[in-house]
Amino acid sequence: MEDIKRQLTHSSKATKQDRYGKAIAFFCTFLIGLLVVSILYLVASRGLATFFKDHVSVWDFLTKQNWNPSQVDKNGSPLVGALPMIVGSFSVTIFSAVLATPFAIAMALFMTEIEPRRGTKFLQPVIELLVGIPSVVYGFVGLTIVVPVVRTVFGGTGFGILSGTLVLFVMVLPTITSMYVDSLRAVPRFYREASLALGATRWQTIYKVVLRASIPGLLTAIIFGMARAFGEALAVQMVIGNASLLPHNLISPASTLTSVLTTGMGNTVMGTLPNNALWSLALILLLMSLCFNLIVRYIGKKGRMAK
Amino acid sequence: MNAKKIDKLATAIIGFLVGVVVLILVALIGYILVTGLPHVSWHFLTSPSQSFLKGGGIGDQLFNSLYLLVLTLLISFPIALGAGIYLFEYAPQNWVTSTIRVAIEVLSSLPSVVVGLFGFLLFVIEFKLGFSILSGAIALTFFNLPLLTRSVENSLASVPKLQREAGLALGFSRWQTVLGVIFPEALPGILTAIILSAGRIFGEAAALIYTAGQSAPILNFSNWNPLSPTSPLNPMRPAETLAVHIWKINSEGIMPDASAVSAGASAVLILAVLIFNFSARWLGNRIYRKVTASK
Repeated sequence: MEDIKRQLTHSSKATKQDRYGKAIAFFCTFLIGLLVVSILYLVASRGLATFFKDHVSVWDFLTKQNWNPSQVDKNGSPLVGALPMIVGSFSVTIFSAVLATPFAIAMALFMTEIEPRRGTKFLQPVIELLVGIPSVVYGFVGLTIVVPVVRTVFGGTGFGILSGTLVLFVMVLPTITSMYVDSLRAVPRFYREASLALGATRWQTIYKVVLRASIPGLLTAIIFGMARAFGEALAVQMVIGNASLLPHNLISPASTLTSVLTTGMGNTVMGTLPNNALWSLALILLLMSLCFNLIVRYIGKKGRMAK
Repeated sequence: MNAKKIDKLATAIIGFLVGVVVLILVALIGYILVTGLPHVSWHFLTSPSQSFLKGGGIGDQLFNSLYLLVLTLLISFPIALGAGIYLFEYAPQNWVTSTIRVAIEVLSSLPSVVVGLFGFLLFVIEFKLGFSILSGAIALTFFNLPLLTRSVENSLASVPKLQREAGLALGFSRWQTVLGVIFPEALPGILTAIILSAGRIFGEAAALIYTAGQSAPILNFSNWNPLSPTSPLNPMRPAETLAVHIWKINSEGIMPDASAVSAGASAVLILAVLIFNFSARWLGNRIYRKVTASK
């Protein structure tokens, strides 16, 4: 009797196990959430120190062109103008996305509209390999092939925005392609059938129907590619020349937020102004990646396809 | 021009652009393997690197990369598995869950430099772990967690709902269903995801420069006591990985045969990534055939 009563009023072993399991699983999830919050908090607190502790004005930081954090100008305020890096980062990002998009569209159309079976079988591994090649290897190839070629064709040292763009082009291409393939596949089949039934050629169908229906997907794919280009550090750092000067043309040495971070962080002392200024650059990177995320969400909400 | 001609022209242009991309990939891999493989020898793979002399190898760096890979997977897989199981099997539809999903998405889009710098700040400096394999492994875990979690979730999602219902109908608790029924069936997908993430971890350098460090102290491969500073197994020693090594010799360039060494090291990296990719594909296909009885 006691036994039965206990079985009825107490949780069984399986129930307890379930509770523990759920708790452990929740803890793991919670850990990831905590991690994101602490990354945001720590980078923000370090990055904002330049403005609150060292009293550099945000506007000066974003618009001045002189980057030499260990020196001060004649008024005694430190030379932390991050404009050259911001311009550098944005130009390599935008140029590489502009260059990669036509190729990505062609790849994706080939895989979904022109040769759906053989094309996918052949190009899917191509995309996976391009994604898989480590960024330092891209940097090394950029250094040994792209930079000399740019030097002989366009003159100058060969280091600069153009080389950075060419290296990033290959790196963002697979990202844009694979995301765009997914959104092309999500275009309902009857869109194509309706267009073809009206007597349109394949290209007319692609151009007038499929491409237009998948524009939100294309934009999302491009933004993801840009996010990758913006955050890419070593490959760009190896070919861009690392001069914190405002670039005058595409072949003069320049720098990006990431390249300055990778080369500078080891040479500064924690808590000093030069170091804080670097953390402010990291904060800009972080905010930009949040921005890209928000844009993707916004497009995703706006552009739901009618099924 | 009539519509048919435009159609032909457009198809030709698309074909041309695709050809260019394929050509780029072939040239890229061909170049790396052709210039790199002649430098790869048993001596190159096993001897320690040199800073100022010719003829250095990549033995220590290769070992560091592999050791770091194993440690990272040991830390990140259980967390990703737990998080994946919670998000797919337990998580209620409420604001907490959607916030966590947003957080995971944010983490996956953060530049790896920022993740590395966060690891540097928190572990190397605040927790005083110094430049060490452990700091590096934790930073790589951060970098790896969001993608691995998502893949685990996707693998769980690909298990048919009937299996869950069958487990519950037999009187299993949810946890028992997950461990006994769902997990084994999702295992092939999870394994493929792990192998693919191993490729990413193996080639990552930006997150490691300021966490695992850029120096490779001399290792004594006959000393397997994890507490001794010259032991290869000591997780508290600084460790330059293969990818970091390539970056460093190219950006500092004091080594006389830097381009030869980096060509060889790049070839080794590419080969490792190729092996990871093909084994993931092969394993996926093989297990798929086994569980679905298709040819």
